[in-house]
Amino acid sequence: MNTIKFTLICLLVGAAVFVGGHLFGVGYLFFAGYTILQFVVLASAWNILGGYCGYVNFGSAAFFGLGAYTTVFFYKFFPLPIPLLIVIAAIVCGVVGFGMGYLTLRLRGAFFAIATLAMAVVLQTLVVNWDYVGGSRGAYIVRDEMIPIFGYSIEYIEYLFLLMMAVSIIAIVISRTIARTQLGFGFASIRDDELAAEATGVPTLRLKLIATTLSGALMGMAGAPFPYYIGYLQPASAFGLEYGVNSIAMPIIGGTTSWVGPLVGALLLGSLQQIATVTISSAVNLLIVGLLLVAFVVIAPNGLVGLVQERLKAWRRK
Amino acid sequence: MDVQLELLINAVVAGLLLGGFYAAVTAGVSISFGMLDIVNIAHPAFIILGSYVAYIVNIQFGVDPIVISIVMLPAFYLLGTAIYQIYYQSFERRGQESLRGLAFFFGLLFVTEVTLILTFGVDYRYVEASYIGPSLHLGSIDFPLRMLVPCVTALIMFGALQLFVTRSFTGRAIMAVSQDQLALQLMAADPIRIKRIAFGISIATTAIAGALLIIIQPVEPSVGREYIGRVFAICVLGGLGSLPGTLIAAMLLGVMESITATFYGPSWAPAVSFGFLLLTLAFRPAGLFGR
Repeated sequence: MNTIKFTLICLLVGAAVFVGGHLFGVGYLFFAGYTILQFVVLASAWNILGGYCGYVNFGSAAFFGLGAYTTVFFYKFFPLPIPLLIVIAAIVCGVVGFGMGYLTLRLRGAFFAIATLAMAVVLQTLVVNWDYVGGSRGAYIVRDEMIPIFGYSIEYIEYLFLLMMAVSIIAIVISRTIARTQLGFGFASIRDDELAAEATGVPTLRLKLIATTLSGALMGMAGAPFPYYIGYLQPASAFGLEYGVNSIAMPIIGGTTSWVGPLVGALLLGSLQQIATVTISSAVNLLIVGLLLVAFVVIAPNGLVGLVQERLKAWRRK
Repeated sequence: MDVQLELLINAVVAGLLLGGFYAAVTAGVSISFGMLDIVNIAHPAFIILGSYVAYIVNIQFGVDPIVISIVMLPAFYLLGTAIYQIYYQSFERRGQESLRGLAFFFGLLFVTEVTLILTFGVDYRYVEASYIGPSLHLGSIDFPLRMLVPCVTALIMFGALQLFVTRSFTGRAIMAVSQDQLALQLMAADPIRIKRIAFGISIATTAIAGALLIIIQPVEPSVGREYIGRVFAICVLGGLGSLPGTLIAAMLLGVMESITATFYGPSWAPAVSFGFLLLTLAFRPAGLFGR
């Protein structure tokens, strides 16, 4: 199946989900769905660097928060339509991802992981001390009830949902395309044995920089509409480690070697968290994520996708 | 005396005391990350666990937090060896420690933190001890006992650790395992056992560090996050696995943070350590005192 066909199928599925939700007519579905789609983007973006190249990024929250605060900045400075803000956030976070990668990727993997964690805190401190975007008091974003598109007037949350659906389709298509091209093989060679890859002429630093830039840009795109979604943004919520743990847990639970894993992980874990938040409490849902993450890395290192593949292999052998 | 100068001297003294405490917090990471190459990102979570253990016993029985932490050392040591066993069986033996091992500790960090939140809530907890209120005064310089006692305890712990790794057979074996595992095996020492002991010691230090933390400041479960970057910054600055280097780096960071907090406001202090870490990683990854 080529990329164009695949994209069309994604668009069809996305449209079907949207129309189905619209006909169902429960606003909360869009509210919950937005969060789940946001995790689809974050998980897919994390997987480009973490799953394909084997470099662990703890700082997903840094890129996510940076994307969100790009929006806050423009909201105060000169309000722009959200799709444009998403593009701007992608550029800003891509550049930051590139810089971050350039500074740290020559080091061993563990240093990169620690540096990403550090970056989340540095950015959070900068935002806390930056009064223009609200500082530690946070910033209010006022959004309209309804928004007109293509002659129809739809509820704002549905509009945000549509945007996030588009971003997640972009993320999935990019992640699938990478895995099937030469770029993906380069990434895999870095993951399996970086020294051997270097020795056989794979331009490892350049490939890793491509990965951090892409991954950072996608995470920023996930963050850009967030202030409009939440209505009130404060540094602690935009840069929360929760995004870090979720965007690691989802690909690992789903499976890190293909584009399917993060999608499956995000859909499952995202829905599970929505249910747990509503029925129990939000602290419990983080506990669930943590426990599942630990359980999966110990028991099923290849995630759900890996488990299914093993079953299929065993079944075929019979 | 000039007011600015007085302020500066006080900031430096406070920073040195804080640095001593940071050294205690980092000692365990210097062993696990510096010597064993295990990126235990959950280390601060264990420190918070240590704080809560000190808190419970202190509130129930009124025992001094530092005494409690020393009594708890064996329990934390056993916890550490158990975690290493899981880590070795699931990751190190299969050669998957880089990605999955990191994720494992990250998950452990959250599980510990959220369990504490669910049990104790997010209220700040503190302990009671005779030395928490008063200060020593030396001219115009203040030595709050709340900082001085942890600093001295940390220095004693550091001295003991340094003696252990340089003088005892096991300690030397730990240093050796960080350099050449195979050579150690040829000397008839089991590297896995040595690593298990070392990781146990690394977690045992969190019992003491946790008690010191709750003496210095009230603690709630997510306080540990602030220390993740700090401990790794100090560890890298000190040149990975060198205990004296760690001590100097901790003091340096303590002084820098204290000066920043005094002259620019406390909200900038976290960025100092993390920013310094980023710069170190970018320009001098072997650390300030690395070879």
